[in-house]
Amino acid sequence: RQDVLVLTPWLAPIVWEGTFSRDILNAQYLQKNLVTGVVTFAVEKYWFFIEGFMTSANKYFLAGHQVNFYLFTDSPEKVSHLQMAPEKQLFVIPVQNGSSWQDISRCRMRMVSSHIQRQFQHQVDYLYSMDINVQLLAHVGVEIIDDLVATISSWQVTPQQDSKTHGTHPELQGDFHYTASFYGGSVAEMYKLTTACFGGLGEDRQNGIKAQGYHERHLNKYLLQHKPTRLLSPEYYWDTEL
Amino acid sequence: MISRKVLVGSLVCLGVIAVAIWARAGSGKIHYLPYYLPCPEIFSMKLQYTEEKLIQLFPQLFYQQPRVLVPKYTRFVRRFLESAEQHFMQGYQVNYYIFTDSPGSIVPARLQRGRRLLALPVPSFSSWQEISMRRMETISRHLARLRPAELHYLFCLDIDMVFHNPWGPETLGDMVAAIHPGYFTVPREQFPYERRSSSAAFIPEGEGDFYYGGAVFGGLVSKVYEFTKTCHMTILADKANGIMAAWQEESHLNRHFLTHKPSKLLSPEYIWDDRKPKPPEIRLVRFSTVEKNYKEIRN
Repeated sequence: RQDVLVLTPWLAPIVWEGTFSRDILNAQYLQKNLVTGVVTFAVEKYWFFIEGFMTSANKYFLAGHQVNFYLFTDSPEKVSHLQMAPEKQLFVIPVQNGSSWQDISRCRMRMVSSHIQRQFQHQVDYLYSMDINVQLLAHVGVEIIDDLVATISSWQVTPQQDSKTHGTHPELQGDFHYTASFYGGSVAEMYKLTTACFGGLGEDRQNGIKAQGYHERHLNKYLLQHKPTRLLSPEYYWDTEL
Repeated sequence: MISRKVLVGSLVCLGVIAVAIWARAGSGKIHYLPYYLPCPEIFSMKLQYTEEKLIQLFPQLFYQQPRVLVPKYTRFVRRFLESAEQHFMQGYQVNYYIFTDSPGSIVPARLQRGRRLLALPVPSFSSWQEISMRRMETISRHLARLRPAELHYLFCLDIDMVFHNPWGPETLGDMVAAIHPGYFTVPREQFPYERRSSSAAFIPEGEGDFYYGGAVFGGLVSKVYEFTKTCHMTILADKANGIMAAWQEESHLNRHFLTHKPSKLLSPEYIWDDRKPKPPEIRLVRFSTVEKNYKEIRN
């Protein structure tokens, strides 16, 4: 691919369609018997997205590889009828819903962090965090597996004239702007990331800072100092509002 | 601590294999005793990653000396070290391990802070091909003895080369190989892979990603250990079948990298041959061979 950037200045590959061969990658990864985890939250009204997400993820996410889906939800009764593919497993983790946006986001980081420590590190090698309100439209495979992986936000690729209500327009400092909707890496790196972000969000709360998109802001701040080892192109998370 | 059972078990194993070999090759030909390194336990421990900026690196170099009066490769050591001090991994802790059959002739050079030089003795062998192939054995044996906390990354480099430009942390990776300067513009059918199917280094037509040079490889210590151990085993398998691969251990290296792909590749900037004219793709020659008379060295 000559039209896009495929390597960052710190030699992390940027994964675009056309830059890799999934067959070669699969051959290498099947040797290693890896288990990948996916963490996603469906609280309050978001239970509606569970079925759509799980059906598409079952079909398209790391097809043929072992995946554990960890679904944090406050309405566990709504997930009972899902059918999973043979290598995929679903773990439903019931949670109490938080009082406000900040709390939910902050609690998420804390919950993921503590679950990694207690449970996930023994069950999976790699862990990814995905927003529940997405649907996979094509195969997402082992090209995403690396120590610390982030997805370039689609907001950066198409310049926009007016600011959207989706959130405060992220200041484009740093190398790239990453979306908080799809990121991940090895459990060790994810533990460090969630713990650091949880700490940062706690500080903001103390100082009374509230703003939308702060979850993303803290993620980006962390990734500026701890550069991801692999980047995913905006193909991997495209906001249809654009 | 290796348990008694494991020790006894491996000794018995060794004994059995030894007997088998002796029985087979008792006609006066050279006997090759494959050994089994009973200590991979060192590397089954999770290596601890400290996040300091300083990374310990050890370029291991092979200093070959055929049995003649005048040490032929000594002159290369000085030039290698001087250029490495100027260009190799500036700001990092580096240990140079030089394997030689005359440790006494290595003159202690003046090194920067945080750098050490160790000359390690190896037996001298009859031919330069033998010396070349024994590298894998020596490196894996050496790594087996090493404590893992001592080092993180290891590069294995030929001594008869010189640094011309900086070689930095962009080269670090889990398993690093370098593309051979003579074969990066040719199609894979022209790669000098070992093409005889009786060799353990055999690569059939139509396969192969790159042709890697044997003068440069490296990576995490555990990965380099696995790699050199496997190459040594395949070299021994060939010896048992009376065959020597087309380019000695380089053929075995290429075979291994076909199935266990390196995590990072270095362009031919990092393994250049000064006898070749520099094409425009090569912007900066970092590491290249020294002019030498091959006939004189390889007698």
